[in-house]
Amino acid sequence: MSDQQTNPMRAAIAEAIEQNEVILFMKGNPDAPACGFSMRTVEALKALDASFAAVDVLPDPRIRQELSAISQWPTIPQLFVRGELVGGCDIVTEMFETGELAELLGVEDAEAPPAAVGESAPLQIENRLS
Amino acid sequence: MPDAASIKSRIEAAIPGARVDVEDWTGGGDHFRATVVAPAFAGLSRIQQHRLVYDVFGDEIGGPIHALSLTTRSE
Repeated sequence: MSDQQTNPMRAAIAEAIEQNEVILFMKGNPDAPACGFSMRTVEALKALDASFAAVDVLPDPRIRQELSAISQWPTIPQLFVRGELVGGCDIVTEMFETGELAELLGVEDAEAPPAAVGESAPLQIENRLS
Repeated sequence: MPDAASIKSRIEAAIPGARVDVEDWTGGGDHFRATVVAPAFAGLSRIQQHRLVYDVFGDEIGGPIHALSLTTRSE
């Protein structure tokens, strides 16, 4: 906890993960992914019509650094659902193909209210909640 | 620079009984794709299975090994 108190970036990331039911940390944004792995992950979410928040890690290298410190996961993208790391491109793609991703996202996504994200959000979360 | 053979042997050395296939995805020596089948994965989630493999390489993932795409299963 002291890490989060002394590290605003880490605290902001932890808060974003906590407050957004489905959140994807990626390179680029959902309409213009900047990496093939991020692109495939976005495509799986879009194919399911899933609502998700997205954070571009590229503008500030600290986002990626602090994210990996929190998640203990070395690569981007990273998909979190209800506060838990689901995985990166490989796992998300595999779960999409087996239907597990739809199951995971389908449980609560219809009714969950989108998290309010202010214009000044430090991570520039792009809300994709429909 | 890492190569597919050294990545394969390092995973095999670190995870007992692992059967590993590695290919250099792009031919550039930095994007690799690995399939790892290991009894040690039994009962673990995909996240946990992939972490065991990523842990073999530590900071090299995202560094010299730009990407290591994984497919894992226990059998």
